[in-house]
Amino acid sequence: MTEPTGLAADKLRLGYDRDIVIDRLTMEVKAGQVTTLIGPNGCGKSTLLNGLARLLKPQGGTVHLNGQAIHDMDTKHLARMLGVLSQSPATPEGLTVYELVAQGRYPHQRFFQQWSAHDEAECEEAIAATHMTEFAERRIETLSGGQRQRAWIAMALAQRTPILLLDEPTTYLDVGYQLEVLELITRLHHERSMTIVMVLHDINHAARYSDHLVVLKEGNIVACGSPDEVVTEQLLADVFRVEAAILRDPNTGTPLCVPYRTIESTRKDCLGRC
Amino acid sequence: MILRSRWSLSVGLIVALGAVIVAATLSIGVGSVDIDARVVVASILSFDDGDFNHLIVRTIRLPRVIAAVLVGAGMASAGAVMQGLTSNPLASPGLLGVNAGASLFVVVGISASGSLPLLTYGALSVAGAAVAAALVYGVSSAGSGTRTPVKLALTGVMFSAFAAAVTTWILITDLDTFDQVRFWTVGSVAGRDMELVRWMAPIIIVGLVFALIVARQITTLSLGEATATGLGQKTGRVRAIGAFCVVLMAGGSVGLAGPVGFLGLVVPHLARPLCGVNYRWVIPYSAVLGALLAVAADTAGRAVLKPQEVPIGVMLAAIGAPFLIYIARWKMR
Amino acid sequence: MTTHADTSPSTVRPPWVVIRLRRLSFRVDRRVPLAVTLLVLVLLVLLVVSVSYGDYNISPLDVIRATVGLETSDPNDRLVVRSIRLPRILVSLLVGVALAVSGIIMQGVTRNDLADPGLLGVNAGAGAVVVSYLVFASEPNNAVVPWLAFAGALGVSMLSYVLAWRGGISQLRLVLVGVGLASLGSSVISFLLTRLQIDRAQDALIWLTGSVYGSQWGDVRQLVTWLLVLLPAVVLLARELNALSLGDLPATSLGMRIGLKRLLLIAASAGFAAITVTVAGTIAFVGFVAPHIARRLVGPSHEGLLITGVLVGAIIMVGADLASRWVIAPAQLPIGVTTALIGAPYFAYLLLRRTR
Repeated sequence: MTEPTGLAADKLRLGYDRDIVIDRLTMEVKAGQVTTLIGPNGCGKSTLLNGLARLLKPQGGTVHLNGQAIHDMDTKHLARMLGVLSQSPATPEGLTVYELVAQGRYPHQRFFQQWSAHDEAECEEAIAATHMTEFAERRIETLSGGQRQRAWIAMALAQRTPILLLDEPTTYLDVGYQLEVLELITRLHHERSMTIVMVLHDINHAARYSDHLVVLKEGNIVACGSPDEVVTEQLLADVFRVEAAILRDPNTGTPLCVPYRTIESTRKDCLGRC
Repeated sequence: MILRSRWSLSVGLIVALGAVIVAATLSIGVGSVDIDARVVVASILSFDDGDFNHLIVRTIRLPRVIAAVLVGAGMASAGAVMQGLTSNPLASPGLLGVNAGASLFVVVGISASGSLPLLTYGALSVAGAAVAAALVYGVSSAGSGTRTPVKLALTGVMFSAFAAAVTTWILITDLDTFDQVRFWTVGSVAGRDMELVRWMAPIIIVGLVFALIVARQITTLSLGEATATGLGQKTGRVRAIGAFCVVLMAGGSVGLAGPVGFLGLVVPHLARPLCGVNYRWVIPYSAVLGALLAVAADTAGRAVLKPQEVPIGVMLAAIGAPFLIYIARWKMR
Repeated sequence: MTTHADTSPSTVRPPWVVIRLRRLSFRVDRRVPLAVTLLVLVLLVLLVVSVSYGDYNISPLDVIRATVGLETSDPNDRLVVRSIRLPRILVSLLVGVALAVSGIIMQGVTRNDLADPGLLGVNAGAGAVVVSYLVFASEPNNAVVPWLAFAGALGVSMLSYVLAWRGGISQLRLVLVGVGLASLGSSVISFLLTRLQIDRAQDALIWLTGSVYGSQWGDVRQLVTWLLVLLPAVVLLARELNALSLGDLPATSLGMRIGLKRLLLIAASAGFAAITVTVAGTIAFVGFVAPHIARRLVGPSHEGLLITGVLVGAIIMVGADLASRWVIAPAQLPIGVTTALIGAPYFAYLLLRRTR
């Protein structure tokens, strides 16, 4: 990967009907890095991710991939460059892991070429990479939360895309499964040199597993940079309204925040409309 | 919701009730013979049995319009109660097999014993509605799974199709029954006499009263089974009472006018933007709006193709379907 | 750090059978070949039994002889088999095929295994158009009826789709619009039935109910032509259904043009359902039940589902036709009634078995 896989947003305006969540947002995703979007509830991080993934049509501005606007691109072609894992996807009953992962080959298939030997090989490799080989024939609904996420990640892997977007891949999972998924993502990032963009709600996870953090508040980027630069007491107070201590993680050296109390709003509190 | 405070909700309800009375009075005046509103009022308050117009009002128009009011209120409230009980915005007496069950019983009854007086239609309808409700509710609640809105809707659809198939079979083989029943299955308030109204009215009204009594419980239940149980509600009992109200209101309405669709499904959706989601208000507002709509539909049916009539069932479908589509398309995500 | 057992990729055994011919490739669930063989056998036996049974029974051997064109012991038998029974039973079979496909597509597109081909109002649409014609035409021409039915069915379902579309399709919207149009259609039908003379009304009602009585070879030809054209296309579209079943967002991220594909699929579903209404009137439940049974046999992957489903649909319809003739012999039940009588209890059974 010599040419940067430049995924960038330019004056992006995103919303649902008349409800605008993000307005005039500009950002660039650094190629080959793990970028995480964080922010309080309702700040628009999932909306932004969906916009970058072309799952949400922008009401203004554009998203570029390698200089080309993604909404002008053929969606199948785009699917060979961009893989997405949405939040809490629902699986049809009775689907096995293998069948789910096989779906990932869709962008590479044609009407008459529905299952080439190459497709099969990619599938098996994706399953092996996520350590799901022993579960390959199991039905997805019989798997644990962590295993299910791994199966969906395997599907995205079978797509063979240089960029992978993940929307809250660790929500609803217990701490063991959370680490399992995050470590898998990190490993894939190294093994396959993928560019990763994910939305996380746990700041410490974000700090530990990312190269680059983007902090959103009310639809705007309020901070971006390395975890060291971004995770500060001031940020936690401004954006998350908590008083916290910032420590250093003894194992990884990344910032570790320990929140203590919420900050009462000292501004005049508006009960209703100001 | 448009109306928020208790005061404005109450006033709104009274205004709407007034509107129903006005609409009904005007409606009585419409028909192959148009009668001035003042004459209508006079014929009700100081009846003169020598006056031709007064006779028309008393014997033909009044029972018909009262029937429309009752059917409108009954079906709409039944729909509201169902939507609350099942937490399902698609629930309605028609969808859940109540109409089909009532029709089936009527058809079987007529087929078995030749021609029947309208009154017996009424009794059979209520019985059929009750059996349908019991079956649909029973089957959807039995089995090892939890009660879900989907299960209930599903059972209702299946039962409706089943009842419809049996009904059609009888109608195909028994031409006389078909001839009698086909005018009834359209859904109409034409030709309803005071005696039928007098019998069905208490049934519908009792159902409505019970629904109002249990309205608060329904609101709690509409938050979800788990939440309601957590708040200490005996959900089984509330569902049973609710089902009882629905059977009375829907069964009585079908007995009065035949199977009339759309009111139960659409009217609660009209009421909610006005009064919010508290069933203490949704039920009465649905009743009043349903009555208004039914009267309007019946009046339009009489006015549109003079001197012929379009039955209320068809008018409601003609208004209801586009409206439903409008809601689905523009008001829902 | 945890270590994982080292399992090499070659121990993963794909759950399917792959057919590759130069650059052409196609895969189908492992269970499919066996299921297909069994179902074909059942169907053949059922066919022979069904043709043998009737006002007077014809021996199975004679049935086979008559079908392939050989002489039978009683020359009348040959006539009965070839001109009366065979067309009717073949129509039932083909209708079963078409309804099964329609149901599988509809359940796949709406992502709801409770969906039925009639969801978009095919039946009501066809009925409304046909009955309107019967009422308003001074001298109705029976040859025109099938075309009108088809137009009505397809027209209403496409209208449902268009009305439900608003920057995309939501399941709930589609159902509501379909229900709305179907109810409108039924009201119109009920109303118009009151305007016809009673004997014509009865004919209309019978047509509406669903019957294969009096089917001709022309009907068989019509069905076969449509099916031959549409079926292969649909089987190749199976993978679109697979992708769609994961959800709108995942399907889009896989690069599927969901708007276009969904429209095509719904048009196909409506088309299949419309053909059956044209030839045989309103037949309920088959389009709903066949996918369920097929799914239990071969799993949710649509390639196998379609191949198996058509056989299941055929078996259900041929069986229902036999039952229609047998249950109240010598009188006959319209097949639409039989499928409802079988389908509803099966439905209840399905529901009672569910653990969720």
